[in-house]
Amino acid sequence: MAETVLTNPGQSPARLEGWRGIAADWASDQRAFKNVSWGKAMMWIFLLSDTFIFSCFLLSYMTARMSTTVPWPNPSEVFALNIAGNHIPLILIAIMTFVLISSSGTMAMAVNFGYRRDRVRTAILMLVTAAFGATFVGMQAFEWTKLIMEGVRPWGNPWGAPQFGASFFMITGFHGTHVTFGVIFLIAIARKVLRGDFDVERRGFFTSRKGYYEIVEITGLYWHFVDLVWVFIFAFFYLW
Amino acid sequence: MTNAAVHMEGQLHAPGAVATGAVHAKGQQHPIKLYLVVWGWLFVLSTFSYLVDYFGLHGYLRWSLILLFMMLKAGLIVAVFMHMAWERLALAYAILLPPIAVLVFVSIMVLESEYTHLLRVLFFATPS
Repeated sequence: MAETVLTNPGQSPARLEGWRGIAADWASDQRAFKNVSWGKAMMWIFLLSDTFIFSCFLLSYMTARMSTTVPWPNPSEVFALNIAGNHIPLILIAIMTFVLISSSGTMAMAVNFGYRRDRVRTAILMLVTAAFGATFVGMQAFEWTKLIMEGVRPWGNPWGAPQFGASFFMITGFHGTHVTFGVIFLIAIARKVLRGDFDVERRGFFTSRKGYYEIVEITGLYWHFVDLVWVFIFAFFYLW
Repeated sequence: MTNAAVHMEGQLHAPGAVATGAVHAKGQQHPIKLYLVVWGWLFVLSTFSYLVDYFGLHGYLRWSLILLFMMLKAGLIVAVFMHMAWERLALAYAILLPPIAVLVFVSIMVLESEYTHLLRVLFFATPS
């Protein structure tokens, strides 16, 4: 520990007294992420914390499912639909997966066009992404309605282990909320892009800061994360 | 981290450059084709994981396929769509290493739930 104290003895600048000194030290020019703006770094750190939240949900679901002696309802059957007389297992979830992946693709393209300063294409692609997201939430509402009509409740269901309902509503509900906020976020940024805010560096009405096209990438990070979480939910909740 | 990625970073960000609007404006530039290829793969992998359920595969085969497709999809999304492949290692490690703690948590809870299950079978469950 003594070595730590002796490191770079000549470089410590004069320190202010008390709390001002602490604030000055923490606020000085020390950057861990050299080429990443604070906005992007903060979005990544937020996404990391969100990863832990979703991990805890999936873990509690896993623990409930592994420790119960009552048979777990078969997701393949629960989420099956009759389309044109054919009984197709898990088809609704498959369509939802494809809708969300499509939205990730359009989002990636939007980021690309954003950095090329092609504001019309960027805005259109972001709005298409938002439309896919809204479609996803709509299908989820349909799925919830169907299950509730069939008698699924957080405390029980007609097919087996009562924890099924609680896990299902908690996990998909939290994910659906993320998608909904993502859609709002996308529409708000798309409006700014379309208006040319990032070309004229117009100041935001709330923060009074100039915006840059990087916000499109940051929005994209959030959106891809929502898709990423769905990959895990799809694997662990629906395919198990 | 390929050489190409390092080269690209060197181009985009002069050494010691402060993150300003001028730097942001260039940002992450990659060919559109790359995104389309990844997009296509995500569709293919999702179809595969759906087919695992459709054909009703079971046991270790089902699980290894589900986890394989899941990890491939997650990797593609994080590396290409979220541009993690081109970020500096300091950021990549700061974000990608902490979730390892989740894996530790998973192993703890697997042991815990097997123990709970055993107790329930021994003392509570009615034989079916």
